[in-house]
Amino acid sequence: MFNPLRPLAVSLCVLAATLTSASADDPQRFSLDNGMEVVVIEDHRAPVVVHMVWYRVGAADDPAGHSGIAHYLEHLMFKATDTLAEGEFSDTVEANGGSDNAFTSWDYTAYFQRVASDRLDLMMQMEADRMVNLRLDRSDWLPERDVILRERGQTLESSPDRVFGEQMRAALFQNHPYGRPIIGWRHEIAALTGDIATEFYRVHYAPNNAILVVAGDVNADEVLALAQQYYGVIPPVAGIPARARPTEPPQMAERRLIMRDARVGQPYVNRLYLAPNRRPGDQREAAAFQLLAALLGGSSQTSVLERRLTYDEGVSLGAWAGYNGDAIDHGSFSLGIVPVPGVSMQNAEDALDRVLAEFIETGVDADQLDRVRMQLRAEAIYQEDDTQSRARSIGADLTVGLTLQDSEDWIDLLQSITAEEVIDAARALDRRQSVTGWLMKEEA
Amino acid sequence: MRLLLSLALALGLATPALATIDIQPVTSPQGRSAWLVEEHSIPFVSIEVIFAGGASVDPADRAGAVALMTALLNEGAGDLDSQGYAAALESLAGSVSFDSGRDQVSMTIRALTENRDQVVDLAILALTEARFDDQSIDRVRAQMVASLERSARDPNTIAQQVYAELGYDGHAYARASDGTPDSVALITRDEILDAHRAAFSSDLAYIGAAGDITAEDLGLIVDRILGDLPAANAPLPMYRSYAAEPGVTIVDHPGPQSVIQFGHAGIPWNDDDFMPAYILNEIFGGGGFNSRLMTEIREERGLTYGIYTSLASFRFGDSFVGRFSTANETAGEALALVREQFEWLANGGITQEDLSRAQTYLTGAYPLRFDGNESIASILASMQFQSFPLDYVNVRNDLVRAVTLDDIQRVAARLAAPEALRFVVVGQPQGIE
Repeated sequence: MFNPLRPLAVSLCVLAATLTSASADDPQRFSLDNGMEVVVIEDHRAPVVVHMVWYRVGAADDPAGHSGIAHYLEHLMFKATDTLAEGEFSDTVEANGGSDNAFTSWDYTAYFQRVASDRLDLMMQMEADRMVNLRLDRSDWLPERDVILRERGQTLESSPDRVFGEQMRAALFQNHPYGRPIIGWRHEIAALTGDIATEFYRVHYAPNNAILVVAGDVNADEVLALAQQYYGVIPPVAGIPARARPTEPPQMAERRLIMRDARVGQPYVNRLYLAPNRRPGDQREAAAFQLLAALLGGSSQTSVLERRLTYDEGVSLGAWAGYNGDAIDHGSFSLGIVPVPGVSMQNAEDALDRVLAEFIETGVDADQLDRVRMQLRAEAIYQEDDTQSRARSIGADLTVGLTLQDSEDWIDLLQSITAEEVIDAARALDRRQSVTGWLMKEEA
Repeated sequence: MRLLLSLALALGLATPALATIDIQPVTSPQGRSAWLVEEHSIPFVSIEVIFAGGASVDPADRAGAVALMTALLNEGAGDLDSQGYAAALESLAGSVSFDSGRDQVSMTIRALTENRDQVVDLAILALTEARFDDQSIDRVRAQMVASLERSARDPNTIAQQVYAELGYDGHAYARASDGTPDSVALITRDEILDAHRAAFSSDLAYIGAAGDITAEDLGLIVDRILGDLPAANAPLPMYRSYAAEPGVTIVDHPGPQSVIQFGHAGIPWNDDDFMPAYILNEIFGGGGFNSRLMTEIREERGLTYGIYTSLASFRFGDSFVGRFSTANETAGEALALVREQFEWLANGGITQEDLSRAQTYLTGAYPLRFDGNESIASILASMQFQSFPLDYVNVRNDLVRAVTLDDIQRVAARLAAPEALRFVVVGQPQGIE
């Protein structure tokens, strides 16, 4: 595994001088003396820049009993600092015609702005400021906690699908904090305080725990000089905790959930399996699962589950498969079916399992594999056109411990996965490491 | 205070040289023109074709004919049925889509370099040999009618429609682009074919392309796309500025809120004063930051969640128009306030600080539109459609910065006409005579 905190051994001028050797399109990676990583993606097609700071901390790093603290802190980062008034950050971005946002995942927290490239300086100045100067008064953190409780109520608890998803995840992970909701459990959010947030901020928000990603109409040497000016002067923090989360024990028994809710419109069956994640230098298995998901559920017209269950047998209104391997510790694979009215949940689940078994038995259709490879390859090309999503995917990869090389290899790996590897991945889906849920309408 | 300091800092920076958008004019072998931003770093191209006309060429009693025809173009063409067409595109990982509007129908193509010709073939197939199967017509028409019925109950749609009828009487802009449930129900297959002939003509097409393609290859594609289309054959509307009697129209509609649309004549997009007018609108009621109307009507008095104005400058007409909703009880008060704000505008209310803020915002927001090949291709096609010069995108921010407060006040006096305002109120408003 690469060491993200490797200190910079050569001076900035030497680095700047070597920049021209890299092709303008490839992401270029540097480190500041204080340990902050810098990635620059030059894209001179339009005078726009995306500026992102990624912290290597997320909801899976929330201390036990304080679920939701990483997400809470993300909200609080828009409060006052020593030099910026509450809300001034976003107001300034908006006044300059730009957009800004932030997001928290289990493995990272990121802040980004998209602005005209002549305003990058201002973005860095403000983002560097709130890396160290956040000042949380009670009048800031207390009302924001209510905002988050309302957010939890409005976006999560009001939706049976989201509550069901939260329950599924909590059942899938028996020990790992991936089982906790990013936003936090309601009773634990209600007990969070400014002191807890400040402590979390002090421990995790530091240049040596952050990755700067700048993409767009910029020159790497100019970005590096600006980064040095604003971020480079921030002292590193000692003792940033290793990301050693509680690990999963061997899972010995499949779990089954039934959730009933009066608000359910369409009942459905969902299954989540533990699956391998993308590991640095070792992504082949993950790539096979990605391809498996695309073959089973990647197209509403032609994928295996839809074709068999929706069109041939007529037992489903829709069926899906999905894989998420962008995580530090575990990936997950999902399958699901929405039965047509009149088909029982058990019959729908059986049909889903039968189609999966048949798929393993008969193997991969060669034409479909070609189409899926074509689509995956094209997606990678089209994605390069979208600087922001490119920057985002690189930032996410780096914060989960992958390297730029891993990001680059991923597309080629996907192309090289054989039909046999896809079938092996399907065979590896283990019911003992899964949870199956039925979301049903409340009976009258 | 701090905000202003930050802004000053942003503007005072020694700015690095900015990327310029290098637009090439392209002439096809058969003499047609297109604009291109050639960029070979990513092996795909986006092509946008705008066909002028759109809903404006609908027959007076068949509003929605062009919209219905356009919605059917992806429903199978040549030998391919609807699913066959989708599968063919899927296997090439390309995309072809169509969109209809008030003044135009646009076609958007995205194709990898390696199979560009095949994707363009599929696009041409949809454009020239769409099947218009009866089954597809019935299904798509039913979807469209259902959606029009839903929006016919929406007070925003009602306000918009009544406002248009009052000021564009006898003009194409008095009709809804997508038609009404009744007009769409009447459209026959023959009328769809008529709409197809009227909407796509080779001499009213504007083409933009961005990505991995040479001028020479683009020229060949332009000729292939336009080669089989007829010359313009449908009468286009005469240009007209919005002109309604001043006053208030109330449309009774149940519910606690009133939707209020207001406005009068605007300014043509090719007018020398369009840029100051554009900035003026941004300050008065634009959506980018806190406008004058937002401050006065939402923030100071809490009478609405949002109030916006726009320069509705189209190819065949213009209006300076705005809309908001408010509780029925406060409708009279809010309407009077809008009138007052138009007085403020006409009487030189805008300050240098307002102007500077808008300039900072607009010059910052503009580059963000150039968001990849598809956006660039679309901007290139629109610029030709609106007769902008080739270098406009690279001087546009300078033009914004060059506008002075004197320009703004001159245009405010010319444009803002409180006495000419037409209001349409949909709801059960109180306090309005």
